[in-house]
Amino acid sequence: MSRIIKINRLKNSGFQVLGIIGTLIGLVLLAIFIGDILMDGLTRIDWDFITSLPSRFPEKSGIFTAMMGSIWILLMTAIISFPIGIGAGIYLEEYATKSRLSKILEINISNLAGVPSIIYGLLGLEVFVRILHFGSSLLSGSLTLALLILPIIIVATRESIKAVPQSIRDASYALGASKWQTIQHQVIPASFGGIMTGVILALSRAVGEAAPLIVVGALAYVPFAPKTPMDDFSVMPIQIFNWISRPQHGFIENAAAAIIILLIITFGMNAIAIYLRSRWQKRISW
Amino acid sequence: MKTMLKLSFLLMVVSLAFTSCKKDEKTIKIDGSSTVFPITEAVAEEFRSEMSNVRVTIGISGTGGGFKKFGRGETDISDASRPIKQKEIDICKENSISYVDLTVAFDGLAVIVNPENTWVDYFTVEELKKIWEPAAEGKIVKWNQIRPEWPDQELQLFGPGVASGTFDYFTEAVVGESGSSRGDFTASEDDNVLVQGVATSKYGLGFFGLAYYEENANKLKLVAVDGGEGPVKPSIETVSNGTYSPLSRPLFIYLNSKAAKREEVKKFVSFYLKNAPKLSKEVGYVPLPAEEYAVQTKKFEDFLKSL
Repeated sequence: MSRIIKINRLKNSGFQVLGIIGTLIGLVLLAIFIGDILMDGLTRIDWDFITSLPSRFPEKSGIFTAMMGSIWILLMTAIISFPIGIGAGIYLEEYATKSRLSKILEINISNLAGVPSIIYGLLGLEVFVRILHFGSSLLSGSLTLALLILPIIIVATRESIKAVPQSIRDASYALGASKWQTIQHQVIPASFGGIMTGVILALSRAVGEAAPLIVVGALAYVPFAPKTPMDDFSVMPIQIFNWISRPQHGFIENAAAAIIILLIITFGMNAIAIYLRSRWQKRISW
Repeated sequence: MKTMLKLSFLLMVVSLAFTSCKKDEKTIKIDGSSTVFPITEAVAEEFRSEMSNVRVTIGISGTGGGFKKFGRGETDISDASRPIKQKEIDICKENSISYVDLTVAFDGLAVIVNPENTWVDYFTVEELKKIWEPAAEGKIVKWNQIRPEWPDQELQLFGPGVASGTFDYFTEAVVGESGSSRGDFTASEDDNVLVQGVATSKYGLGFFGLAYYEENANKLKLVAVDGGEGPVKPSIETVSNGTYSPLSRPLFIYLNSKAAKREEVKKFVSFYLKNAPKLSKEVGYVPLPAEEYAVQTKKFEDFLKSL
């Protein structure tokens, strides 16, 4: 009897140690990576670096056009993917009957989430750039990235809606509310924190993508910040990729500095996600 | 919530409305090889002060990707690190696109050893392949395995990182397949690290862009390469006249004839040819001989006349 207890305790603490090691590996690697990047790039970041155009001299080169491109891409991708993704999630969870068709839809959305991003790039090149004649513009780029992150948003929306207790819906119906009224006043507010978390994490992924945008025709040298959605553009991951493949050491420093700025944007977005979630959870008063 | 949804729809409508108003600003669209990119970027950067109202944009889809767009008339100029292929020529013909190819610079690779290395006179391409091919990993580790009369000492290898174009190019020219190489060598994206590595180890061997050798010639020993017609040392001369083979290649730009009719494109290309000697050197490539630039300029001018 006591042997069994001992073995179980041993297994228990063994698993605990494994879990801690697993967590630490990720954290330590992240710390090493960030430390390395900070050492290489921190001294390079100043106002000039943020406001300068690309140049063949690493010390004169800046991130301005790529950063503006990334911000445009981010906003437009959010505007496009937000209503479509959430709409699809609500439909699948609240309206769709459990038929064979909805099953097929469901499986395909999960499959789409696993498609490599370069494939979306090829799709975007054919559909948006060539068939719809949007050109290698911000619009084509953000439509492509919106497609890329839609499955993530849809899945996140569905999961958050699933977490809303059925009793809330029943109560709403019992008070005479219609289906849309129930969704609008109960389901969406209750699940909004989770939905926003999903949207923002998906956008964080989009802002780090280079491959699909290179395929769509994003550029490496653009001497102007985009002004309209039809303008040519570059984004930060492409600028980083370009700098890293240059032999001069100064460009490597530039790349590290650009990575720091990109990380700040990503971390900032994650912080917003956390804030939104906690704020919305407080507002739910049932 | 409601207002947020409304707001996002509004923003979407506004952004789509923008799409209808396209300005006709002067733009020169360039895409293609990432190897040629630094030269074209340098030219575009200098051109900003020449004609500030012209927007030059440059992509890095690669030579093949660039020609795909060029063949559809989507770009004005295509950067290329190899001549256009028959298949790409056919596509251009199909879309009735005519063009001219202009050589703008050379890309040369130097194979180098430590100055104290007295035994190496030259490498044949076969020997370089024997050293660098994937099968050599863990096996070819001593100098005397390359040639029996060379010392029984450890071979210390230095080369550019696998992400660099230099690495792709060297492996393609020597091993026969781009990116195929042994993995057990000291790799760095920073060529100056490679310079330091070879300069401080007597039994070192490395390769990198010729410009880096020239900047550090006192610390390194350049090795001749025998590509089948006797050993040749790379120099601006042997690289530009093509005798240093196979580790040198010309870099091109291809100019669409329709684009060449536009004033700003004409200006840009002649600016390119005029400044390529200085700028290609600045970004680490070998300029063509002066008379060759004259030939290219003549070719360009004749092309303009034929339009």
